[in-house]
Amino acid sequence: MLEIKNLHASVDGKEILKGINLTVNAGEVHSIMGPNGSGKSTLAQVLAGRDTYEVTEGSVTYKGQDLLDMEPDVRACEGVFLAFQYPVEIPGVSTSYFLKAALNSIRKHRGETELDAFDFLAYVKEKAKLVDIDETLLQRAINEGFSGGEKKRNEIFQMAVLAPSLAILDETDSGLDIDALKIVSGGVNAMRGPDRAMIVITHYQRLLDHIVPDFVHVLRDGRIVKSGGKDLALHLEEHGYAEIDVQSASVVTSS
Amino acid sequence: MTEATMVNVKGNKSSFAARFDRITKGGSDSGPSWLMPARQAAFARFTELGIPTTRDEEWRFTNVKRLGELVFDPNGAAPSTMSNDQLTPFDLDLPGGIKLVFVNGCFDASLSTVPALSTGVTVLPLVEAMATQGSLVEPHLTGCSPFEDEPFASLNTALMQDGAFVHVAKGTAIETPIELLFVSSSGGSPSAAYPRVLIVADQSSQLTVIESHVGVGDGVYFTNSVTDIVAGENAIVDHYKVTRETDDAIHIGAVRLHQLRSSNVSSHAVTIGGGLVRHNINTIMDGEGCTCNLNGLYSVDGMQQVDNHLVVDHAKPHCDSREYFKGVLDGHGKGIFSGRIIVREDAQKTDGKQTNMSLLLSDHAQVECKPQLEIFADDVKCTHGATIGQISEEALFYLRARGLSAEAARSLLVYAFARDGLAQIRVEPLRDQLSKLILAKLPHGDVLRETV
Ligand SMILES: Nc1ncnc2c1ncn2[C@@H]1O[C@H](COP(=O)(O)OP(=O)(O)O)[C@@H](O)[C@H]1O
Ligand SMILES: [Mg+2]
Repeated sequence: MLEIKNLHASVDGKEILKGINLTVNAGEVHSIMGPNGSGKSTLAQVLAGRDTYEVTEGSVTYKGQDLLDMEPDVRACEGVFLAFQYPVEIPGVSTSYFLKAALNSIRKHRGETELDAFDFLAYVKEKAKLVDIDETLLQRAINEGFSGGEKKRNEIFQMAVLAPSLAILDETDSGLDIDALKIVSGGVNAMRGPDRAMIVITHYQRLLDHIVPDFVHVLRDGRIVKSGGKDLALHLEEHGYAEIDVQSASVVTSS
Repeated sequence: MTEATMVNVKGNKSSFAARFDRITKGGSDSGPSWLMPARQAAFARFTELGIPTTRDEEWRFTNVKRLGELVFDPNGAAPSTMSNDQLTPFDLDLPGGIKLVFVNGCFDASLSTVPALSTGVTVLPLVEAMATQGSLVEPHLTGCSPFEDEPFASLNTALMQDGAFVHVAKGTAIETPIELLFVSSSGGSPSAAYPRVLIVADQSSQLTVIESHVGVGDGVYFTNSVTDIVAGENAIVDHYKVTRETDDAIHIGAVRLHQLRSSNVSSHAVTIGGGLVRHNINTIMDGEGCTCNLNGLYSVDGMQQVDNHLVVDHAKPHCDSREYFKGVLDGHGKGIFSGRIIVREDAQKTDGKQTNMSLLLSDHAQVECKPQLEIFADDVKCTHGATIGQISEEALFYLRARGLSAEAARSLLVYAFARDGLAQIRVEPLRDQLSKLILAKLPHGDVLRETV
């Protein structure tokens, strides 16, 4: 589904991603872990099409197409979804109406009929249950005055509504209490399926107790320095990122 | 005064003076004889003040020089040939509506709807009111107004012909909004209209007035309006001034609020169309415990210019004023907000708040903002805040990352900003109509219609 090759990206001339290689197949859940500032969000934003970041080298192929060549909205219409680490507050635009416009934009792109207000409402009610989101939140302006937890839940709710093929979750677990974490994870797990791939970015191993990944990658200073199965996360939890540094350094010297 | 401005003043004087001559020589449009001294004094004052130049502090950002170059027909308005169909875009379809329509400044009975009014409510064309309700109207038209020291208000007093008189007697509340629609249709040569509106709300009365200034056709014209609102003790007045003039129009209008004890007045200025629009909005809170809400939204594009010029005078203690003005600027549009709050020595416990927000959509659009606080009392709370912003790239990206096209996302954000400026409009059909007009100006407005 997704093939990232030697991806380099920089902002204001400063290189942040320094050659990322990653292949994600349909049905897989990949977790990306790494210390603060290692470039996790940058990778997520580059995949979603944020033009603040300049891709200087490498390629990203998504469903056989050049992802980097698509506008952000085209990527969304083609099934890419990013749950933001810091969801944006947008005063004056209600979540539910905005989502209807977004969903219909995507449906139109796929050649499907647009949902009318009635059908949309029924559809949304069902998805709201999935993440146990308070329906009154949907009538409020997007993320405005939402608590941190509400914002994260709103991201997953939007993911459920838009039903993407590739979901990138950027620290969706940060700041959630254990109850909220269980609800959010439950929503994410319910969406796992053979046609859908997920990249779950997290700073904490805790999330991976609830969303069990197929692969774990460690990102450090703009590079994936280690990849493994779900046990790698447990290992990291015990030994920290520092040890990975030593290991990867030794890999470099011995090669 | 330099030579150049002398020419302007003279040029104008001749055009406006010609009209003034016709009026003073008598004839059907000169109005009652009691008005004549006031007209004469006002015209003398206008002549003295002259057409302002940009060297005048109050007109620094708004150049009205063009007025000096236009030659208006001294004969006033020709009889109306306006049809109901031409007015369809301006219909609000208010149930039980009371609507006076004026074409080029003169009342048109065939286009108006005046159902039987309940006792205590008077809605009349000004010409008729001056003839039949002289004792009620005269003091407000001829009295020495504290606002008269402004050239265009003087010009209106000198040249006014028709307009509306709305009166609600003590303790009377009228729920249905009263509509006053001023339509200008200019043919070949430039025309001018001087509508005058007088709204008098007696003690503990309540009313809503929607005053619209609109244009059809594509000739150059000048609207010089004055609206006086006298809010008696404990009266509640909700006033809307909607400006939808054409791109070739110059609109210079005053809204002057005189508030007595415990009155509560809102005046909204929504400007969607007009080449050059200047609103002089003044309020005097002349009794304790008054509340005044001045709201505004304007949207400019192309070469349009809108200037909102507010003076809020806290003359007595315990009064609250709120000013909330928003502007959306595109193309080479220009917006000006000037807000002066005066707190007199007596006016302790004043609570004044002024907010001005502008959204710039183009590199060529321009905003000027001039807040002024003049505070002579010591126990007061006065704040002002101005922001000039652009579309947030972060918000834009968030919406696009969910599948909205760049244009739709942009329009949605502009619309959200503008709609907030309409939120305080209590007449729902009006709010809806204005929302749609704002949407119609945006790309993908159709997609967003349901998003509202
Ligand atoms: N828009 C930006 N402008 C400047 N520097 C940035 C920007 N975005 C990210 N960076 C820098 O890039 C590095 C990686 O940031 P980020 O991708 O947010 O890391 P992570 O999500 O792993 O914590 C950091 O040093 C950060 O300061
Ligand atoms: Mg991050």
